[in-house]
Amino acid sequence: MVSQLTLGERQGALCILLLLAACGLLMLGAGQNDPLGVHGGIVMLFGVLLIFVVISGYFAPEPGTDAAGRYYDDPSKVGIVLAMLWAVAGFFIGDWVAWLLVYPEMTFDAAWSSFGRLRPVHTTSVIFGFGGNALIATSFHVLQRTTRARLPDQLSPWFVLLGYNLFCLLAVSGYLIGITQSKEYAEPEWYADIWLVVVWVVYFLIYMRTLARRKEPHIYVANWYYMAFILVVAILHIVNNLAIPVSFAGAKSYSLFAGVQDAMTQWWYGHNAVAFFLTAGFLGMMYYYLPKRADRPIFSYRLSIISFWGITFMYMWAGSHHLHYTALPQWVQTLGMTFSVMLLVPSWASAGNALMTLNGAWHKVRDDATLRFMMMAAIFYGISTFEGSFMAIRPVNSLSHYTDWTIGHVHAGAMGWVALITFGSFYAVVPWLWKREAMYSARLVEVHFWFALAGTLVYVFAMWNSGITQGLMWRTYSEGGTLTYSFIDSLVAMHPYYFARAVGGLLFLIGALVGGYNIWMTIRTAEGVKPEVLADLPAPAAARQASTGR
Amino acid sequence: MFGLHYKLERKAVGLVLAVIVAASIGGLVEIAPLFTIDETVEEAPDMRLYTPLELAGRNIYIREGCYACHSQMIRTLQDEVERYGPFSLAVESRYDHPMLWGSKRTGPDLARIGDKYSDQWQVAHLIDPRAVVPESKMPAYAWLARTPLETENFGAHLDALRIVGVPYTDEMIASASSDALGQATPDGPRAAGVAQRYGDATQIRLFDGDAATVTEMDALVAYLQILGRLTDAATASTAANVE
Ligand code: HEC
Repeated sequence: MVSQLTLGERQGALCILLLLAACGLLMLGAGQNDPLGVHGGIVMLFGVLLIFVVISGYFAPEPGTDAAGRYYDDPSKVGIVLAMLWAVAGFFIGDWVAWLLVYPEMTFDAAWSSFGRLRPVHTTSVIFGFGGNALIATSFHVLQRTTRARLPDQLSPWFVLLGYNLFCLLAVSGYLIGITQSKEYAEPEWYADIWLVVVWVVYFLIYMRTLARRKEPHIYVANWYYMAFILVVAILHIVNNLAIPVSFAGAKSYSLFAGVQDAMTQWWYGHNAVAFFLTAGFLGMMYYYLPKRADRPIFSYRLSIISFWGITFMYMWAGSHHLHYTALPQWVQTLGMTFSVMLLVPSWASAGNALMTLNGAWHKVRDDATLRFMMMAAIFYGISTFEGSFMAIRPVNSLSHYTDWTIGHVHAGAMGWVALITFGSFYAVVPWLWKREAMYSARLVEVHFWFALAGTLVYVFAMWNSGITQGLMWRTYSEGGTLTYSFIDSLVAMHPYYFARAVGGLLFLIGALVGGYNIWMTIRTAEGVKPEVLADLPAPAAARQASTGR
Repeated sequence: MFGLHYKLERKAVGLVLAVIVAASIGGLVEIAPLFTIDETVEEAPDMRLYTPLELAGRNIYIREGCYACHSQMIRTLQDEVERYGPFSLAVESRYDHPMLWGSKRTGPDLARIGDKYSDQWQVAHLIDPRAVVPESKMPAYAWLARTPLETENFGAHLDALRIVGVPYTDEMIASASSDALGQATPDGPRAAGVAQRYGDATQIRLFDGDAATVTEMDALVAYLQILGRLTDAATASTAANVE
């Protein structure tokens, strides 16, 4: 892979990596008596390892001049493999913590293995490891196809992909050794946060530089979403992570915000991480791969515009629905509820647009599990956005908040929408990238589909049941006017649902293992075919023409 | 409108700016005023600060992810007030950097857990929750009682907190490490200073029952025992406004 880099880029890579390793060494030295030192070691190892990789290919002949006429897909390929690895790891840890709630004794009397430390390992591995790598990998692929321009250079995409994975690695290893800010989905400490900002700026620049060289006058709708994802995540990340480190030789920092302001900032972040990481980015994915795979144009250009701007504008108001009936001023709660309900319009516009695109191709959905993944994802997107708006209504929220219902809702979105659209897109793009007729085994795609669907349904139904049961038990009064159930009563009632949930998670994990195997076999059996050249690529999707309405 | 968009989507920079503007409005309208409108956070002149030991305990609470299972925010709902006590006020977490309101109650709310149980109960429960509550799903934290508390340079923590707005005095910062140990060694020479700096109501005792070393268990229990008791603003104002 190094052979695709020009000599200048190889030298640039070495410089960056040396700098990185030096930073690692510095952290290692400064943080000797602090967990920061461990992270210094990880950073240094990461740098040194990659230096070896670059050196091993350093003297390979430079890529010929014809490379400029081809797309650059190596980072996308590696990104897909990394995404699958994070998926399996993240689902595994997730299922492990699910079993911990069934059998709480499985912790070996060790700090790292307790629920509170493992849970963020699960959420970060899945959201950022799996989801983030999938977004980066597919965004590079989609960006090039829809602009008919090659990525601006060969080094910066690697910087983004590998730098991002270093961030994920620091995050999950940090939780295990006790480094966390405790802000949900923004747990990594200040130095990792700063590193992510650097990576993100380069990511944004790749987007802008490629767009500047595009041969398509119009920017395709998938790119609007990917761009919103990149931009807004940057804003959210920077504001929510503002903090003062105790010392530059230690990992610990104190958030700039406190109490109610911190709560609002955190859930403004938290909810919009869902909106712009887990929704906008994956909608970008959907708007490209679904019409391509179905070989049909996007149903309505106007719907895509309405839903895009609706989502971009309204989501940012909705975060306060995480704080109903709390010490947050009521006017903010009311605003949050109002916008959350209105959000249903652009959300369903997107889901409807996707499903209507499939209208006329239902026979393909029936026969092609890949397309079925995408269709099911759109359905779950519709279900979970409806559920989300519903749960944002104050009286509903008074029951659902703090219960497993929230967990069920999140997983309807994460498993049903995010993971299914990703798997569908991967099954579409892997044969394209590795120049294969099709996936190694269509049967295994089918098997994965049913495992994933069954796992999601079992999981979500278990959590709906437990959440609503919990919420009702907590507020039930006996005739004498006293609370009927103790907290422990409600805990005992959860036990069977926690068991069922863990089984659902296991099914989902098995599905991902099958998928990983299938992708791996497709890659291994890929034959070296001449790569596609910009010129012979069909116009990037009938989708665009039809979608622009001209 | 769609014609306009047809033009906009030909301009990368225009699209970027439009996204930034559209996405910024919500946050600006909802968050910025929270810092300026006075009614957002109530007055509580009697409120005291976390002692270094309690702060260390709070950091352990964060490190172990207790917030993943426990909330610290009692909502203004009748059943919550009856189960957990007066609903939480904004002022009660005004020094909480970051806040630990939580989002999930796998275990009960802890906003007012302070003084609900004895230190012995808390220690026994943390060491082996199922020995105390057989149905519990809480992890065991036995190693906390074996791990000595790290208090070196603890002043730097108070200093960082002062930068973000917690009114620690120079004296508090200078004696932070000593106070952290002093609060858990009531018979030692350092104890007197703690009460002097943080008030006579400060709980100074052997939280984990072991006089030999100040452990992480001491710190965590000291923190749990102060929860909900930094100010009594909530007890004073409650009962009204419950839904
Ligand atoms: C896996 C979820 C989980 C985690 C993580 C967890 N707890 Fe718990 N906790 C529970 C459950 C369930 C109960 C109720 C049963 C019981 O009392 O043990 C509980 C009860 C408690 C209680 C008693 C509350 C009362 O009103 O009776 C305290 C205090 C407590 N936990 C403190 C902590 C602390 C401190 C931590 C972090 C070191 C922690 N918990 C981590 C689940 C958890």
